[in-house]
This record gives sequence, C-alpha cells and structure tokens, in this order.
Amino acid sequence: MRKVAVVGVGETKFGPAQSKTAVELLAEAAMDALNESNLKPKDIQAMFVGNVLGDFSEGQGMVQSFAAENIGCFNVPANRYEGACASGSMAVRDAFMWVASGFYDIVLVGGTERAATMGTPLATRTFAMFSDSRYEYGAGITFPGVFALLTYLYSIKYKIPLPKLKEQLAHVNVQSYQHGLHNDKAHLKKAVTVQDCLNSMMVASPLQLHDCCPFSDGAAAVVLASEDAAKKLTKKPVYIVGVGQSSSGPLCNQNDFLPRLRARELAVEQSYKMSGLKPSDINLCELHDCFSIASLIAAESLGFFEFGTSGDAWVKGQADIGGKVAINASGGLKSKGHPIGATGVGQVYEVTKQLCGEVEPERQVPRAKVAMTDTLGGDAGTICNIILQRGW
Amino acid sequence: MDYKLPFAEYNDALKKNKLLGLKCKDCGFITVPSKMVCRKCSSTNLEIVQLKGTGKIQTFTTIFVAAEARECECPYTIVMVELDEGPWIMGNLFVDPNRATMDNLIGKRVDFGVKVFPGDRYSAGNIARPQFSLAE
Ligand SMILES: [Zn+2]
Repeated sequence: MRKVAVVGVGETKFGPAQSKTAVELLAEAAMDALNESNLKPKDIQAMFVGNVLGDFSEGQGMVQSFAAENIGCFNVPANRYEGACASGSMAVRDAFMWVASGFYDIVLVGGTERAATMGTPLATRTFAMFSDSRYEYGAGITFPGVFALLTYLYSIKYKIPLPKLKEQLAHVNVQSYQHGLHNDKAHLKKAVTVQDCLNSMMVASPLQLHDCCPFSDGAAAVVLASEDAAKKLTKKPVYIVGVGQSSSGPLCNQNDFLPRLRARELAVEQSYKMSGLKPSDINLCELHDCFSIASLIAAESLGFFEFGTSGDAWVKGQADIGGKVAINASGGLKSKGHPIGATGVGQVYEVTKQLCGEVEPERQVPRAKVAMTDTLGGDAGTICNIILQRGW
Repeated sequence: MDYKLPFAEYNDALKKNKLLGLKCKDCGFITVPSKMVCRKCSSTNLEIVQLKGTGKIQTFTTIFVAAEARECECPYTIVMVELDEGPWIMGNLFVDPNRATMDNLIGKRVDFGVKVFPGDRYSAGNIARPQFSLAE
C-alpha cells in the first residue's frame, strides 16, 4: 500500500436553510480544495461524494455526477456514498484505499447536504429511516430517541445518577458551543450555560434541545494524493495513516454491548492497528457528537477515557484544548453543525486545518501532530474512523 | 433460498397478538426480529416459534418531537424490553408521560399488547409493533 496525503481542503459555512443547491455548495467547497492543492479540475481522476438525502431535500439523486461535471471534472468516475451520517467518512476511506492501492494518484472527496432545507418534520422522518424501518420505526423511534435510550442505559451501567449525568452532558454542550463561537464556519454560534441546557425544551427524555445537534446545510471537500504526487503539490502534506469501518444491525440486536457501540470499537481498533498509534498519541479528535451522550460513549470507545468516566473528564477540562485530548475544537456537530453527507469530510477538513495550524487562534490546538475523526451513521449501523498525521 | 419468516408474515401475526421469532435448530438461540440466519451461529436451520411477549423494561424515552405525520402521537413513550426468551425488542408503553421516570420504569415487568402504525407515504404499508403495559 502507498502512503496517501490530504493536499488541500475546502468547506462552505455550515448553517440553516439556504438557497444554494447541493451541487452548488459542493462546487464551492471543491474549488477551494482544488485551489489549495494547486490543481486543476482536469487533474482529478475520480470523485467520491457523501450525500444522504438529496432525493428528499431537493429531488436530486446521483448528485456526484452532476457535481463532477459542474466543476469541470468531465467524465470522471463519480461514486455516491450513503451510510447516513457517516457517509462523508466512508467516501474519504474508499478514496484513500483507491489511492493507496495505486489505481489512482489524485482524487477528490466531497460531501454535501441540505438537511436544514427539509425542515424539522421531514428531517426527523428521513433521519429515522436509518433505524430499522420494519421493526423499530413502527414504535415511532426518532434519532434523539435512539440516543435517549442509550442515555438511561449509560446511567444504569456506570451507576451515574441521572441528575449528575445530565449536568455532565450540559458541560459537553457548553464546551462545544464555546469552541463554535470562534469558528467562522459554524452553524450555531452562541454562548450557552449549564443552566441554559438544563432549562431547554425536552426533545426525547432525558435529552433536551441543547443536547441535540442542528440539521444543517453545507458541503466540504478534500483532495487526496499519493505520496509522490503530494510532495510535488504541497509542503504540508497531512497523511492518512489509519482507517477503520464497521457495521451493525438494528439497535435491539446490539443489546449485548449497549450503551457501548460494537461497530465503533471494531472500526477504531482497525485504525489504531493500521497506524501503529495508540489513544495517547492523539492530540485532537473530531468525534460524532450528534447528541451530548454520544460524545461520552465515543470518547470512551476511542480509548481516551475509562468507561463511565468521560463526563467527569469533560467537567474537568480533560476533553478541552489544553486537556488530555482536544475534542471537537471546531464546535462539533453541536455547534459547527451537521449537514450529514458532508459531516465526515468536514471533520477531515477541520483536523487538516488544525494540523497545519490554520484555524482561528482562540481554538487552535497547540503543537498538534496527530488527529482522529470519528463518524457514526444511524444507530451505529455504520461507524468510520480516520487517523491523520502531519507529514513535516 | 426462501426467507423463513418475512416481515409481512410477522406483521400479520402480530396484528393477531402473536409475536413470532425464529429458534435455531442447531444451537437453540432465539432470533428476533426475523433474519435469514441465526444471530448466534449463522445457521439457516430455523423454525418459527411464538414468543410470550412478556419481559422487563431495559430502557425508555418519551418523545416530544415526532417525525412528519406522527406529531399527533406526541408525547409517547418508547421502551426496549428484554423478552423472557432473551432477545430485546422495541415497542411502546402505556404510561402517563409524567410518570415515565427511571424509578418507575427501569427493570419493571410488562404485559404484551399490539398497536398498528397505519403507515405513511414512505413506509410501504402498515407496521404493527408491541404496545406494552406495566404488569400489575
Ligand atoms: Zn444457531
């Protein structure tokens, strides 16, 4: 396998419902990534795109082919990835493997979504399509509902009384909002207190509004190149040194592991093994905080904190910039936003910028050399992890 | 190879208050909901069995923000129940939302009932699901 580097990245602002199409959003992010890579559209050999609900949000399927043509990557093979919220990371992983194998030298990976454009009722309905449609949607499961079920299981398993756990979760939200305040790309920019979180509207007990990420519109893109190609294009190649992906069936059939998610533990094991790195080597991590409790579950399975202790770690600042590992210095899905097909690509955008030392100074992780991304689709139906390392 | 217990058959039985699953003739494991193979040993040597539908609540949530076309059901409580035969299953629970707390629900035994979601434009028909109630 060849070494593969990220040589350029681009991202639109993530935000509420807006009028640009999914193709237009992706085109903007892709052009920024191409320009940063010192490449022209004709240099791109293939395109890999995460897009989940284009069919529902604007009646557009096969967005990847229209996007490729739109940006001048005429007639390249273009693939769409659908793994719910993990789609973008699946696209990055597959693109990585095609370049690592030697089949391609330079590929473009993108993600685009208009989740906010759908509005809350349709977005809630379509997001629920990533639970089991026959055996779970009948009961009216929603996405917040899935993580609400896990919240009580977490409280029971680790013997953390619910009021204490709720306060820990509020600290997770406060930290994410705080980072997002300084991120120009972020969707929700506001200062929120622990009390604001505990006073917010109930969505799916015990999760409240501030425990939930928003539905966002937005796009992101990254260019991947082989080591040889990368050295000619940039002085700052960021190498993808480990990837992992795993799947699971319906939530009920994950019962032996809940509230832990088996797919994540298998995926992250693959990525650590490939990279030869361990949790203590990771300086910063963009993890899938679709809901506050998801942050705790993820941080433990990624190996950053002992099981049942990550809420306490957040309260003590151990998950913050300057702590043991800087988690979601972008604001995460909570504040930066969650345009689902673009989210995983946006995580790679963020950690690449962090490793290059190019984010807003208020949220720059100092001396960052190694970063991880973690993206969860559905109720853990797909989980994907990527480890990236500075190449200079 | 024929699918032993398709959803349509499971759904029809559930509407008649019968909860069906698959028992593995090789290892004895009960698989719910129906799959092509045994969840434990991947055998296709399966037989359809009727489950009691009784069990214990493992976790729950009360939904206040519903999906399109289901707003009128709010608030409603979802439970994951460990059936007496072992598998977990998702369903609803008859309970006053104000009384849907950990103390009142976690570990409590439930009786079995059924409710039918009539379906929406995406669901390819109606979907029956367990509607549990707290056992006396
Ligand atoms: Zn078996």
